[in-house]
Amino acid sequence: MSITVIYTIVTLVVIGAASAIILYFVAQKFKVFEDPRIDEVEGTLPGANCGGCGFAGCRAFAEACVKASELGDLNCPVGGNETMANVAQTLGMEAIKKDPRVAYIRCNGTCDNRPKTSTFDGATTCAIASSIYSGETDCQFGCLGYGDCYDACDFDAIDLRANLGVPMIIDEKCVACGACVDACPKNLIELRKKMPKDRKVVVSCRNEDKGGVARKACSVACIGCGKCVKECPFDAITLENNLAYIDSDKCKLCRKCVAVCPTNSIQEFNFPPRKIKPEVEVETAK
Amino acid sequence: MLKTFKIGGVHPPENKLSKDQKIEVLAIPQSVFIPVAMHIGAPASPVVKKGDVVKVGQVIAQSSSFVSTNIHSSVSGTVKKVDFSADSSGYPKQGIFIDVDGDEWLETIDRSADLNKEISLTGEEIVKRIHEAGIVGLGGATFPTHVKLVPPKGMKAEVLLINGVECEPYLTSDHRLMLEKADEIMVGIQLLMKAMNVDKAVIGIENNKPDAIQLLNEKCKSVQGVSVVSLKVQYPQGGEKQLINAVTGREVPSGALPIAVGAVVSNVGTAFAVYEAVQKNKPLFERVVTVTGKGVSKPSNFLVRIGTATSELVEAAGGLPEDTGKVISGGPMMGKAVPSLDVPVTKGTSGILLMREEESKREEVLNCIRCSRCTSVCPMGLEPYLLMTLGEKQIFDRAEKERVMDCIECGSCSYTCPSSRPLLDYIRYGKGKVGAIIRSRKK
Repeated sequence: MSITVIYTIVTLVVIGAASAIILYFVAQKFKVFEDPRIDEVEGTLPGANCGGCGFAGCRAFAEACVKASELGDLNCPVGGNETMANVAQTLGMEAIKKDPRVAYIRCNGTCDNRPKTSTFDGATTCAIASSIYSGETDCQFGCLGYGDCYDACDFDAIDLRANLGVPMIIDEKCVACGACVDACPKNLIELRKKMPKDRKVVVSCRNEDKGGVARKACSVACIGCGKCVKECPFDAITLENNLAYIDSDKCKLCRKCVAVCPTNSIQEFNFPPRKIKPEVEVETAK
Repeated sequence: MLKTFKIGGVHPPENKLSKDQKIEVLAIPQSVFIPVAMHIGAPASPVVKKGDVVKVGQVIAQSSSFVSTNIHSSVSGTVKKVDFSADSSGYPKQGIFIDVDGDEWLETIDRSADLNKEISLTGEEIVKRIHEAGIVGLGGATFPTHVKLVPPKGMKAEVLLINGVECEPYLTSDHRLMLEKADEIMVGIQLLMKAMNVDKAVIGIENNKPDAIQLLNEKCKSVQGVSVVSLKVQYPQGGEKQLINAVTGREVPSGALPIAVGAVVSNVGTAFAVYEAVQKNKPLFERVVTVTGKGVSKPSNFLVRIGTATSELVEAAGGLPEDTGKVISGGPMMGKAVPSLDVPVTKGTSGILLMREEESKREEVLNCIRCSRCTSVCPMGLEPYLLMTLGEKQIFDRAEKERVMDCIECGSCSYTCPSSRPLLDYIRYGKGKVGAIIRSRKK
């Protein structure tokens, strides 16, 4: 009995030792070299795996950074300049600073502003609704409100506002990964430059119809009158296809365009309330 | 036993309310909007401009490529503008607005009602005439007819199938046409046979139209090579591939055209249009449209000029009932709800269906219970529940492997689903995406 036990133990130890030796040599022979810096870089990334950088996930991005000769266009929108500085430090490269961005939905066609003219009762996704017809209102460019952007957002940064009919981006949470930009079939969402205190001045409209048609469909539609273009001292506003657009890289937040817009389609956010005298207003804006 | 196609199919309530109503000529409207893209293929390019005076039958938009066709004015008057206006999808499409003034036809059109049986043209001339007359498949697919008549190299048509099935519930335009224009249709069929150089034609009619079957059977006695087959009522028998299977027993392979099994399918409406185009020199500018629905006071079949607003037809059928939930262009199975009554009648409009509020509502969507009813009714042998999930999850490569492009969008799956799942919505979405992927691959 005891001899059986001893034999068993000895046999297993021998097999184990032999396997260990074989495995050791095999492991040496087939060793795959992986740059240890990939792990280091990955450690500095946020680990959200959102794909905002254009790669399949944080590890793929780390690999790309290690392989690249300079960081250039490689940018993690979630981590921002801080993370990119860390990555650059790890790799001994130079970080290129990028302005942080934030997503914005360019439509203010809420139920009050844009009356419904028909009802859609098919599958409630924007992708399907937009492939079937132009939408429940007379504006074929506006938000459908079924929330494909909301579903696409990994950061809980979209408030669906189902009762209003148009979602809203929560600036503090948005990391500008661009998932919602791709998800919106009406191309309403764009990534704009993030301004101090999350202030922004935007044309909340994408309607390219002629003024009368646009206005009839939605009370806050851009009618392409061009007043804002003339008013802007910084050449930040362009007018194309009956639609004004404010370039966030040029805009200095003076808010002059907001005052002249006849349909209130230019909106301002996160500014202190206006004072009555116009001169003072310009002062505060600067 | 009556013939029908082998796999799948449903039998919704027929509701052919207007089958005894004679075709009435609808009064010419005050103005029309004629879209330049009423057919599959490249849109026609407008050849008139604002202020031009046009006559009935005059070409107003020229076909721009082989798979395209001409558009003719359906009225006489002045071109108001060439502009964009919403079609049944709500998206603006290019078209020609004409203000009507009188009813002056081109002198070349033979307006007499006499039957002209004599076929004097050669096959090629017939095809040319059909192309010039802007004839497309009037069953609803609106595929240019002249393209069908010229088979691709190495293929030969053996039989012409004439589609008198009208499997969509409610619609009766083809049924009425067969009853009232049987002689003309027979000549049209002979013209198509000559153009394709085939000596056999079969008219498929479902046996819920015994009067049409009897009448055409009699007419066939005096015409060589043409016969009538009575088919069991089964939706979607009017589908090209289903009709071929029902009549000939042949199966069109996945992704192939009917010509691959030697068949070409044309609608009875198309055969009538061919007769008018070739024998009477009259281009396609009017068609028969059924206006129907349970709430409609006067369900009717109208001969309508292309470009007439839907509202005119609804008015002529007794006005819009108060409890209307949806106005559908086409039949209840494959038709599409229109967002506004300004949408014009196009070459593909076979009916206008006014659905009452309680009929038109979609039921609450429940979970899939894996009953596989959708699979058993799919006439193309697909797995709709799977294709829906693949569309929902955006797994398009797998959807392509599961033959999503074979879907004929008949809606049998959505119709039969006990959980009221929007199967077709997602499948159509997936089909659109997969189609785009395939096209981009070809480039």
